[in-house]
Amino acid sequence: MSARAAAAMAAANGRETVIGADFLLSMVEAHWSAKNGDASKMESGLRARQELQKIEKQITHLESAAGQDEETRQEIHQLHERVNALRREVSAHLNAWEKTELARHPQRPYTLDYVERIFTDWSEIHGDRGFGDDPAIICGMARFHGEDVMIVGHQKARDTKQKVYRNFGMPNPEGYRKALRAMEIAAKFQRPLFTFVDTPGAYPGLGAEERGQAEAIARNLREMVRLEIPIITVITGEGGSGGALAIAVADRVLMMENAIYSVISPEGCASIMWRDATKKDLAAQALKITASDLGELGCIDGVVEEPEGGAHNDHEASAALLDAALQRHYGELKGVPTRELLASRYNKFRNMAQFFHAEV
Amino acid sequence: MSNLAIEGQIQRAPNRLDLKLLNYSITQLQILVTWFKRQSGELDTSGERKVRTEGLWVKCDQCRQIIWKKDLEDNLNVCPKCDRHFRIDARTRLSQLLDENEYDVFDSNLSSTDPLKFVDLKAYKSRLHQAQEETGLQDAIINAQGKLNGRSIIVSAMEYSFIGGSMGAVVGEAITRAIERATETRMPIVIVSASGGARMMEGVISLMQLAKISAALARLDEARVPYISVLTDPTTGGVTASFAMLGDLNIAEPGALIGFAGPRVIEQTIRQKLPQGFQRAEFLLEHGMLDAVVPRKQLKPYIARALEFMQQPSDGSRRSSA
Repeated sequence: MSARAAAAMAAANGRETVIGADFLLSMVEAHWSAKNGDASKMESGLRARQELQKIEKQITHLESAAGQDEETRQEIHQLHERVNALRREVSAHLNAWEKTELARHPQRPYTLDYVERIFTDWSEIHGDRGFGDDPAIICGMARFHGEDVMIVGHQKARDTKQKVYRNFGMPNPEGYRKALRAMEIAAKFQRPLFTFVDTPGAYPGLGAEERGQAEAIARNLREMVRLEIPIITVITGEGGSGGALAIAVADRVLMMENAIYSVISPEGCASIMWRDATKKDLAAQALKITASDLGELGCIDGVVEEPEGGAHNDHEASAALLDAALQRHYGELKGVPTRELLASRYNKFRNMAQFFHAEV
Repeated sequence: MSNLAIEGQIQRAPNRLDLKLLNYSITQLQILVTWFKRQSGELDTSGERKVRTEGLWVKCDQCRQIIWKKDLEDNLNVCPKCDRHFRIDARTRLSQLLDENEYDVFDSNLSSTDPLKFVDLKAYKSRLHQAQEETGLQDAIINAQGKLNGRSIIVSAMEYSFIGGSMGAVVGEAITRAIERATETRMPIVIVSASGGARMMEGVISLMQLAKISAALARLDEARVPYISVLTDPTTGGVTASFAMLGDLNIAEPGALIGFAGPRVIEQTIRQKLPQGFQRAEFLLEHGMLDAVVPRKQLKPYIARALEFMQQPSDGSRRSSA
């Protein structure tokens, strides 16, 4: 078989696959519109996104295989446009459960991913000086655009061994005590504090209870309120209840667009209130845990945009977006006298979440 | 002998035991009568499952002793046989702590607005109404000002029977106000916790109460006003992880369940049975998390003694020497 004939064959095969992809795409579209009519199928949006990803891969594959055929190229171009339109629609309609899945996405940037991209001169500090070092929380000195800062954050991991080492981002009491120690060092030397929140929650284990998980969290809450330095917190992924709040009492609390912040996991809430853990999508919706919900409830100070499709698609771009937000907020806090800073931090939390009425 | 008493063949003057037994037989009769009188038709199972304790007799869930209710009450709701501390409601708590059961209640007019419009199997609004009707309170807290052995103090007592004593915006605000009142008036504050933690139906709003209360406590701490945290059965979740663990002294009643995560959650996480006595007050004491485990009868004198230690005499002689 001549080389030319082989190329023609490949092109023909390419066309066939394009038709296949087209069919798939229309399936997805049909699926999506069906979903909009049927609220109970909440996970279909997520499936639609997965399908989209597959189709995109196929398209890029085709692009390299298709060669010079003008007609094929045009078709591919059209496909691209349709995929993009669909993607925009899918992400605009993400519901709370889908956002929860995004917030937990294994490819989502974790604290060290942001530290690497936004800060320089990172030197980690370890240990709570009482019991041990908790790898689920990292603390360290770094530079933010040349300025010395302290960083405290939950740390998750991607492979099994590392996940176990980081305890899935669920700190023990020594983690919170280490965090407080780092915060106090920062305050002593008047360096601002940046905290990154991404945890399913404080670890509910035997040792954690023995060593006073509740006390460690409680103490952090009280001490952060009066820490005499500017504090900026970003909820980057999961903001899991008290375990998140214990490093999130800040002058500015920001949330990434697809992050969640909740008093209990949707699964936990579903199994308690619905007595059925599979009602997690309903629970996620009812709990109001997305960044926009939190904004409306007045519990956060800003939402940081993520690249199209979510932070996991592009670590560089999401770090750049976060960097810009951090610079802006830090710039606003920097010149504020300590007294004023503390007073406004106090007032913010004092007047937050005031949802009651007083009968006379 | 005792059987004879029931059958009415009493030859001597009736004593207390006879009276109790008579009371018992009357209760039995009442039960029988209501049983026969039951209307036909479906049983109403729509309401929450509720343990009825209106009877004259109470069974101790620890030693299984049957106790006459009056005896139990006279003993501050502590089992006379095994010292099991029964849960008590906020009003009873206040009456036990404050002199002559006299106190002023404040902030009792706050009620939740259901910020999330939360609906699970049942609307949160209706759960609220039900709890309000059953307890006569607007939410799971009573703020009071009264005297403890002659000393003016502020007490915030949580009500466990109001949606598990859970903390939402109202409980958070009430406790914050009590702390602020203590800071302003320099009256010591005692917070009696009995709570399952943050109120899920108010979502992240409940979570933010932790920060709010802790902020107020930072100011109380700076003002050097005494704060004694009393942890009673049960104190878990967000309540433990905020104000309950932040007292100048954290004291608990014997046997109280105290922890961050609930026992079931821990069992599911570690996939094994928890040791006997885990998360009980004595366990926490052993691990250095409590200043003392104080029996209910000694609670008032213990607090009085601590406040004596913490508060300078009225002429201020102790601290002004410098």
